[in-house]
Amino acid sequence: MAPQPDQNAPTASSPSSAGAPPKLSARQLTKAFGPVTVLQDVDVDFFAGEIHAVVGENGAGKSTLMRILSGILEPTAGEVWFDGRPVATGDLRAMERLGVRLIHQELNLAEDLSVVENLFLGQEPVRGPFLDERKMAQRGAEVLAAVGTDVALETRVKDLRVSEKQMVEIAKAISHQATVLILDEPTAVLTRREAERLFQIIEASAARGVAIVYISHRLEEVKRLANKVTVLRDGKLVTTAPASTLSPDEIVRLMVGRRLRDLFPPKVPPTTPDVVLDVKNLSVHGHVTEASFSLRKGEILGFAGLVGAGRTELFEGLMGLRKITSGEIFRDRKRFSPSNYSGAIDRLRAAYLPEDRKEKGLVVTFDPRTNYSLLGLRRFGRLFVDQEKERRAFQQAARDFQIKITDPDLPVNRLSGGNQQKVVLAKVLGVDPEIIIFDEPTRGIDVGTKAQIYQWIANQALNGKACIVISSELLEIIGLCHRVVVMRSSRIVAVLEGEQMNEDGIMMYATGVKGAQAAALP
Amino acid sequence: MSAEKRREGGEEVAGDARDLATTLDTSTQTEKQQTFKALAKWLRNSGPLLALVFLVILGAILSDTFLTVGNITNVVTRSAFIGIISVGATFVIVTGQIDLSVGAMAAFIASLMIMMINQLAALGWNLSSAIFLGMLAGVVVGVVSGLVNGLLATVGRIDSFIVTLGTMGIFRALVTFLSNGGTLVLDTKVREAYRPVFYDSWFNVPIPVWVLAIVVAIGAITLTRTRFGRYCRAVGSNAEVAHYSAIRVNQIRVVAFVVQGFCVALATCLYVPRLGSASFSTGLGWELEAITAVVVGGTALRGGTGRVGGSIVGALILSLIGNLLNLQNLISVYLNGAVQGVIILAAALLQRSSKSR
Repeated sequence: MAPQPDQNAPTASSPSSAGAPPKLSARQLTKAFGPVTVLQDVDVDFFAGEIHAVVGENGAGKSTLMRILSGILEPTAGEVWFDGRPVATGDLRAMERLGVRLIHQELNLAEDLSVVENLFLGQEPVRGPFLDERKMAQRGAEVLAAVGTDVALETRVKDLRVSEKQMVEIAKAISHQATVLILDEPTAVLTRREAERLFQIIEASAARGVAIVYISHRLEEVKRLANKVTVLRDGKLVTTAPASTLSPDEIVRLMVGRRLRDLFPPKVPPTTPDVVLDVKNLSVHGHVTEASFSLRKGEILGFAGLVGAGRTELFEGLMGLRKITSGEIFRDRKRFSPSNYSGAIDRLRAAYLPEDRKEKGLVVTFDPRTNYSLLGLRRFGRLFVDQEKERRAFQQAARDFQIKITDPDLPVNRLSGGNQQKVVLAKVLGVDPEIIIFDEPTRGIDVGTKAQIYQWIANQALNGKACIVISSELLEIIGLCHRVVVMRSSRIVAVLEGEQMNEDGIMMYATGVKGAQAAALP
Repeated sequence: MSAEKRREGGEEVAGDARDLATTLDTSTQTEKQQTFKALAKWLRNSGPLLALVFLVILGAILSDTFLTVGNITNVVTRSAFIGIISVGATFVIVTGQIDLSVGAMAAFIASLMIMMINQLAALGWNLSSAIFLGMLAGVVVGVVSGLVNGLLATVGRIDSFIVTLGTMGIFRALVTFLSNGGTLVLDTKVREAYRPVFYDSWFNVPIPVWVLAIVVAIGAITLTRTRFGRYCRAVGSNAEVAHYSAIRVNQIRVVAFVVQGFCVALATCLYVPRLGSASFSTGLGWELEAITAVVVGGTALRGGTGRVGGSIVGALILSLIGNLLNLQNLISVYLNGAVQGVIILAAALLQRSSKSR
């Protein structure tokens, strides 16, 4: 399970026994933004050849710690040590020269450049005044092969899927002779297979003697990968311990003070057999082929599948956000043909929470209230916006969704990820839909906010709303949904419920091990 | 682009900290701090207005004739054309587009109006009805021109810069064609009847200034208080998010161009009686003056935010500079363009520093 570090590297359990100093250390690091201390006297050692997971809720100080360690941020107090010596803090270039590489949660690729141009950005091999294209192509291909992705070198980055971009980003980092690799939630956008591939890369890098710092909200990954776990809470170090001594439940308890299974509210089956939505043979060109399913009142219906299986496109087609090529939709047995999103909100009484809150959910430069009211703004007036009514409605929503706001005029990109997601949630539920489609509702947010969101989704169902949850996190689907629809390469391949809803069962359909013949069924 | 992304990411971290600050901060924040914050915000938002005040004071010092009612009225009246056009330009720019065709469009509308009014007058129509019909036709042509620009930029999926670069050439060539390479002139009788629209006053305020004030008021209220104004900002900030917020992005963009076309037509209705003619050089460079006014007024060229009031202040600043250079002897009048260029760059620098703390 855990990688075997090579002989030169100290082992995870007894790092100091080999006598080598830690590769990278935080020494009494403290960071304050104005009057607020977000990191306080944190001491952590990261050793070569070790995979060290850092976990904690949003606001616990993980990102701040990583930004200080990689030289992006200057600490208020404390030191950063590399190879047993203190180094200048807040100097990104110096840290990069030492081989400390941070892979951001938000990708940092130049969208209009090609994959190969991105791989060598800033360190292009040259021959005289010209770029050495041949060398770039050759080494680029090697690096991509090393991370096991089959994207073409000439592809422009903006034409890649999110998961492919992530793999390019990782390839870029390892191509630069890293000594310390800091990964901030790297699997958030990856499919299971890609994630598995990434784990192998991480383990191989660790075996080569790279110190790995791994930030994740997914505890099963931490368990699967890490030798050592550091838990942060409220800017302070809670503990650093060998991974083998901590169970996922234990880690959650240390992070938030409650257990994993308590994240999900109890399942209450729908009380009526009423079908509110019946979809027959819906196709979206290039993405969805003849999808049929039905949704009951009070039901939470999960949609599982790999990224690119067509789940998002199916519902974008349903909501009029994307053109459909054929198929029929019945709302309470009445035929509905989607034309545009506002039509779907009015006549289908449905709303869609998009998967990417920065690209589709929020205008990041707008304040929270303006974002909240943007969907269904008409309810605040046909011509003029009744700003007083809008303000009151938002204050109510902020209370209902426990959105923490310091200054109502600040743009939403100044809020934490969890708070941003709550604003999107408030925005979508603000149009009072009876069918709610949640696309990756908890991506990139902390455990505490996740639990809140699960509770709200369950409450919607209890109140007789019909919910769809599209998610790549199987635990989420299993813990929350009554039934799950599995999609694979544009088709619905299975509908599972009860005992059949388990991780292995879903994955077998999602990857095509099972159910190849089911695709042929209507 | 990617640098911007990075900065947003950085701000989110600080956001985490600020969330934590919520509870601490609200209790300790004194009234004094809040007043200071409000003052800083006011200063940042009123930069263009302060520059205008500074120019007026400078003018009063440099020239005795500057601060006379006659001179000020004159300056404001002459900035009415660019002012009205820049209101429309604010909408186009806020939605993340640009319109380069406004100057040529004004010349085209002026040509058609002059030909039509002359024709109707020659047919023996009552002069006021002929002029009224001519103005109405001008407005229709302006709206249709804006519609064409908008449809090409949305349904045609051509970048608005390219679309309006193309229509600019077409409008300009049509003017030369209609005037046979020369100048179209209003008949003397018609001109006498039309003159008052530009030269008369109500309550000592020239008609163009009234029109400007009304257009600015309606424009400002539309951008800040209406659903359409809100949608314009959303579309300009992030069209994808607007799409997922059930906003018909293309429709909003087209309407912004139509508003621009309407404003150009309105400005042209005031311009025709001033000179009573139209030629190849009519409205030359107006598109750049309008865009300059909008940018100097604090609207971001990348879209998403904008202030109609700022654009007018920008237009006033530009014409004040021209006026001031005429009234004094220190700097040559021929450097007018250079001084305006410096003002644009200064405005851009100030906006940058207020954003990047």
